[in-house]
Amino acid sequence: MSSVYEQLGGEPAIDAAVDIFYRKVLGDKYVIRFFEGVDMDKQAGKQKAFLTMVTGGPNSYTGKDMREGHRHLIKMGLDDSHFDHILCHLRSTLAELGVAQNLIDTVISVAESTRADVLDR
Amino acid sequence: MPTIRFEGQDYFCAEGETLLDSLARHGVMLPSSCKAGACLTCLTRALKGTPPAAAQQGVKDTLAAQGYFLACLCKPVEDMEIGLASVSPRYAARLLSKDLLNESVVRLRLEVPHGFTYRAGQFINLTRAGDELTRSYSLASIPSDPYLELHIKRVQEGRMSTWLFDDVAAGDELSFFGPSGDCFYLQDDADRPILLAGAGTGLAPLYGILRDALAQGHAGSIHLFHASLATPGLYLMDDLRALADAHTQFQYTPCVLHGDVPAGGMQGNIVDLPVQVLGALGGYRAYLCGDPPIVNGLRQKSFLAGIAMRDIHSDPFVFTPA
Repeated sequence: MSSVYEQLGGEPAIDAAVDIFYRKVLGDKYVIRFFEGVDMDKQAGKQKAFLTMVTGGPNSYTGKDMREGHRHLIKMGLDDSHFDHILCHLRSTLAELGVAQNLIDTVISVAESTRADVLDR
Repeated sequence: MPTIRFEGQDYFCAEGETLLDSLARHGVMLPSSCKAGACLTCLTRALKGTPPAAAQQGVKDTLAAQGYFLACLCKPVEDMEIGLASVSPRYAARLLSKDLLNESVVRLRLEVPHGFTYRAGQFINLTRAGDELTRSYSLASIPSDPYLELHIKRVQEGRMSTWLFDDVAAGDELSFFGPSGDCFYLQDDADRPILLAGAGTGLAPLYGILRDALAQGHAGSIHLFHASLATPGLYLMDDLRALADAHTQFQYTPCVLHGDVPAGGMQGNIVDLPVQVLGALGGYRAYLCGDPPIVNGLRQKSFLAGIAMRDIHSDPFVFTPA
């Protein structure tokens, strides 16, 4: 079976998804403080890599990078509640793009599997 | 079988082989990660030869226009030379004129050295002979102008700007490298609305991009917001108003944070004003120039107002004191 990544339409679709997803994240006052002062181009690149990974596209995901990349945010108070917000934005982004519910569930479960790495547990 | 030249060595690329794989087979490991065009890690520049269009998908269009492509998606169809940067010769140019645009901004016009080509909005690195002090300045002129125009802000204790303000005179020879930068007009869609926004001498590239777009017959709306703390910090107001009178698709809004508002202008934070005036910005292409906090604020607001990430071009200026 082809991946959600392929079913969505590959790289161009992920590009479009990043725009929607990142807008939701930046519009969320509960998590915005973790994104202040970051370079938007680099951040969009990371989100693209993340969305590519969770949709089963080509990636070089390492839990180690995820852990190190978020460690400074944990010092700022990053916890499960923020992670849940991001998952929620991911879910609604995919829904907005018309992705079928069973595929959304698959993607969310992959994203869920990064929780321990992101929160350094 | 195309030949790929990289750092002075030639490598043969097999039929249907990607440039990334081909170089790896020869022991040249370009930085890469996903190998599928997603992560952009293997962004490479074609110095000679044209990369296939498929190798430029997902690459920002102003970078693609300068030959950047993804090595992991590139199956070369012709000989190419690749590298990370093109090496600029050092140009020498005589200063033609020097005049104040306001109390703290001086306009320099240099002769165009033979062989120098650029896109309006790119920058050059001006280098002082003797101590090699180097600073970047955006080009406010367009290629058809018989001069290169720079807007120099006097930076408190700034060594380069103090020298340019106080010591350099018309007739002197200046040297520079360049051009560089990916903030320039693209003639791919003449009807597309354009947002130009910036503060201080961030106007220099915006002025170049504006005149370039008009010269190339851009028909879509172009709105320029130029901000300063107060009216005396604005400049070229008459020129910009004249351009707005002559071109119905162009609108100019001078903006100040406090004090008297110039005719046709607005008071407020430049970061908020474009969205306040224009509303939703979906479909726009944006060029944002000036101090980093302003540019970053504008990027975020423009993006949230609907401009796609890849359509936001910015040039944050960093001012270096002594």
